[in-house]
Amino acid sequence: MRKLFLAVSASLILAACSTQPPAPEQTGAKVEDRTPAAVKAEATPVAPPSAGEYSLAMLKDPKSILSKRSVFFDLDQYVIKDEFKPLVEAHAKLLVANPQVKMLIQGNADERGSREYNLALGQKRAEALKKTLILLGGKEAQIEAVSLGKEKPRCTEHNETCWAENRRDDMLYTGEF
Amino acid sequence: MMKPTLLHRLAVPLLCFAAAANTAYAQLSIEITGAGANRLPIAVADFAGERIVSQALTSVVRADLERSGLFLLTDPGATPLAETASINYADWKSRGADALVVGSVMPQAGGGASRYETRFLLHDVQKQVALGGQTYVSNAGQLRVAAHRVADFIYEKLLHEPGIFSTRIAYVVKSTGRYELQVADADGMNAQTALTSREPIISPTWSPDGANLAYVSFEAKKPIVYVHSLVTGQRHVAANFKGSNSAPAWSPDGKKLAVVLSKDGGSQLFLVNADGSGLARLASSAGIDTEPQFSPDGQFIYFTSDRGGSPQIYRIPATGGDAQRITFEGNYNVTPRISPDSKSMAYVARTNGRFQLALMDLATRQTQILTDSSRDESPSFAPNGRMIIYATEIAGRGVLAAVSSDGRVKQKLSVQAADVREPAWGPFVK
Repeated sequence: MRKLFLAVSASLILAACSTQPPAPEQTGAKVEDRTPAAVKAEATPVAPPSAGEYSLAMLKDPKSILSKRSVFFDLDQYVIKDEFKPLVEAHAKLLVANPQVKMLIQGNADERGSREYNLALGQKRAEALKKTLILLGGKEAQIEAVSLGKEKPRCTEHNETCWAENRRDDMLYTGEF
Repeated sequence: MMKPTLLHRLAVPLLCFAAAANTAYAQLSIEITGAGANRLPIAVADFAGERIVSQALTSVVRADLERSGLFLLTDPGATPLAETASINYADWKSRGADALVVGSVMPQAGGGASRYETRFLLHDVQKQVALGGQTYVSNAGQLRVAAHRVADFIYEKLLHEPGIFSTRIAYVVKSTGRYELQVADADGMNAQTALTSREPIISPTWSPDGANLAYVSFEAKKPIVYVHSLVTGQRHVAANFKGSNSAPAWSPDGKKLAVVLSKDGGSQLFLVNADGSGLARLASSAGIDTEPQFSPDGQFIYFTSDRGGSPQIYRIPATGGDAQRITFEGNYNVTPRISPDSKSMAYVARTNGRFQLALMDLATRQTQILTDSSRDESPSFAPNGRMIIYATEIAGRGVLAAVSSDGRVKQKLSVQAADVREPAWGPFVK
């Protein structure tokens, strides 16, 4: 009887100890998965601004450019490339049309090199996007630029395709972070 | 999502540690892959009485000395020898030992059944004299601690520099969807988890008194700097401003942290009191400034900056002032770590696409690559400056490795089925 009790309590303790947290929330997974080339191919001119067209519902509408949330960068670079201008303009218009909405920009880097230096590089990328959004009418108080460095790679293979996908900013809106 | 645990107090976490210690998963195993050129031959006899209490004590002493790469363990024979034994020096000399350790482990007189006294005496076989010994009192469960102290005493007496066998190391273990900040003894044993999180933990660093770890946690979807007491398990935010907060480095007096903040745009160096108060800007640049590190005398702060077009190492006076560039070779030199004697700097250099641990003599600016790996990161000096622990990758897995500052002694520290990274060697234990 006593043995049984010990066994049960031991298994309870073990169960308590071995409770692993579920897989992490991959914030990156909320955004559409696209390579830089694919984004370029689909980049389309944005219609003239009209507050009604930039509703929050469009963020989840696959037909809207606003469903795309990522901007990609070249190696060691933090310049927003021309191919992403229509996407950035659309998100700026959404911010202008919805001043109560907040955005978190997470900058990322590929896996090569120092963790802290990559964190700083991701920060540069996030701030480059924030600056562009503010130039297009977004408000400083609306946007926070942070970095995940190389800590949250969306692609985990060790090759250039993966690295290109990980040199990236993601735009998250209120409720998504 | 995240669980700060008391290292010593709460019963349940302690049980968890015990359970974890039984699995190979949590065990940091150390493999010696290189040794010093001239190893000192030493015999460590079994201590009188230790077979009754713990066979492990002299095994721990021997393993410590062996792992340093600086001693050659010779056959001590099968007979336990107490510190009071008379020594036949000629006999030990003929058996190849230059030094001999003898001792005893006994229940402490009047100390109850669970307290033990470890006594030992170190002999110089060549000079035929006793070099001294010590007595350590410990609980039965702390005989390993006593053994590390014995090894430290021997090391210091024979090599004339302090040993690091009683120190601890902190590191991060990453398994699927799970990050653990762990603290283990320098021999990889007694691993305890200080923090478990679903989000990354990076850049742990020890306060000079060994009581706290500062680190960066991403649990709030952005990097925030925390200070975590290893004694109470309590922690507080040291830097959480708009943007990213990272790269904490303790001042030698333990009162301040140099941190990297992006609150005013860019990654820039700031000083903040360890309790999070008194924020002050340390330097300004148009580019990236990160990875600050105080020199041991507190005079300078070394850091990585891309102000010259590529990431290089610079230093500024800790009171502020003009930056002086330190590295010039190559176009990627990062993560400066200054040796405890302030004479050299470990850092990571990229050469032909390989990231390797390098050491610079700060007086002559001569540099030496210490490893033949290609994904080295996050170097950290042992407090006696003899070894540098760092993270690297072997067969696609994150492991820790240690190399002596002369490049000869090499060790690999790994955990089964998980990545280990972000090592930080703790200070001397008083």
